[in-house]
Amino acid sequence: MSRPELQAPPEIYYGDTEAKKYTKNTRNQQIQADMTYRALELLNLPPDEPAFLLDIGCGSGLSGEILDEEGYLWAGVDIAPSMLEVALEREVEGDLFLQDIGQGFGFRPGSFDGAISISVLQWLLNAETSHPTSSPPHRLNRFFTTLHSALRNPSRAVFQFYPSSDDQIQLITSIAQKAGFGGGVVVDYPNSNKARKVFLCLYVGGGGGQQQQIPQGLDGDVVEDGKVRFEKRRARDLRKDKNGKRKSQKVIDRDWILRKKELYRKRGKESVPRDSKFTGRKRKPVF
Amino acid sequence: MVRLLTHNLLACHVKGCTSNNFPLQFQNVQIELREADFNADFLKNFLPKLEWKALVDSAKDLGDTSLPLEQPEMLDDEFLKNLHHVLLEIHVEEGSMTCPNCKHSYPISNGIPNMLLAEHEIG
Ligand SMILES: C[S@@+](CC[C@H](N)C(=O)[O-])C[C@H]1O[C@@H](n2cnc3c(N)ncnc32)[C@H](O)[C@@H]1O
Ligand SMILES: [Zn+2]
Repeated sequence: MSRPELQAPPEIYYGDTEAKKYTKNTRNQQIQADMTYRALELLNLPPDEPAFLLDIGCGSGLSGEILDEEGYLWAGVDIAPSMLEVALEREVEGDLFLQDIGQGFGFRPGSFDGAISISVLQWLLNAETSHPTSSPPHRLNRFFTTLHSALRNPSRAVFQFYPSSDDQIQLITSIAQKAGFGGGVVVDYPNSNKARKVFLCLYVGGGGGQQQQIPQGLDGDVVEDGKVRFEKRRARDLRKDKNGKRKSQKVIDRDWILRKKELYRKRGKESVPRDSKFTGRKRKPVF
Repeated sequence: MVRLLTHNLLACHVKGCTSNNFPLQFQNVQIELREADFNADFLKNFLPKLEWKALVDSAKDLGDTSLPLEQPEMLDDEFLKNLHHVLLEIHVEEGSMTCPNCKHSYPISNGIPNMLLAEHEIG
């Protein structure tokens, strides 16, 4: 099967059925969670400072849930109503927007302390119509320009994505540079077919932190099935069963929500909403 | 789930609409109140990002008049509690947000604003 972004526009591809399938798949949950942790690591936020983040192409909230768990407040944008609907059902805590990132943002200057985007950018490389505003370079330019101004100076935006050629990486980075970003590309596990991951790390100003060079990609330590061990990955949140295997998490139900609230309470967060008969209730469909 | 936290950061992004395009005006809203974690450090960090007058006015539109007209120098507990409530606990579930300049209306459905533009509105 060809890559999803070649099959249909995103809001069509991620329709009701695919949105549910995508979100329920425990292996997919794991992969998205791991990449989100890695993106947060590359974001290099000042430790112990509260931050307000943007999740670009937040989808059904698999990446946003990690932001919740890590205690960040965030806003998320996505073009697929069905994905956002699943995010609502899962009660993620970010403010959600139905938005096409290729049309640019209206966020005021300096709104966000950082941005992440997990498995999204490759979708901007395909033209949907012949209208001039729908050519990939035009959309990328609009996207990066308005994102650059929405970010605080200094700060970073980290994108994990699936380029299909070096030319695509070249196109994306050159447009990002013209929009004012510094930074570059980090490739984790470059020699592993399965574990290889591409991260575009963009800096506003110096990017924050002392270190202004592009971070090193990870290497080595790839387990057989192609899953990688990220440095600080989930260390605090790992729930393992007796055999030391990760439990599949995040099935959308009341239990899951109660577990999540319990987790928050343990971390000493105040005023986690009390459990009520509405906890885990089904919400109305979105659109 | 649009809250004043993000509403206060949001200007109109229609092509050529670059002045007097903030704050978007709430219309026909339905709101829901939901408790959120109180975090004083977050609020203090967030304060410099806020457009104070827009926040006070929009809060008033949503029926909350707890904020002072001028942003106070001293951040006492009561002020932070009120700010917390206004920014994080008032959810606009239905209605719309209209640009004061070009009048583009962004509908809000199930807490999610629709920010999509028509082709001729794209910059
Ligand atoms: C593979 S999913 C990733 C979702 C989420 N970040 C995660 O980690 O699970 C890709 C998402 O990108 C969104 N997307 C694709 N093109 C987009 C665009 N032009 N504007 C906003 N979102 C877009 C899709 O709707 C989809 O939800
Ligand atoms: Zn406007």
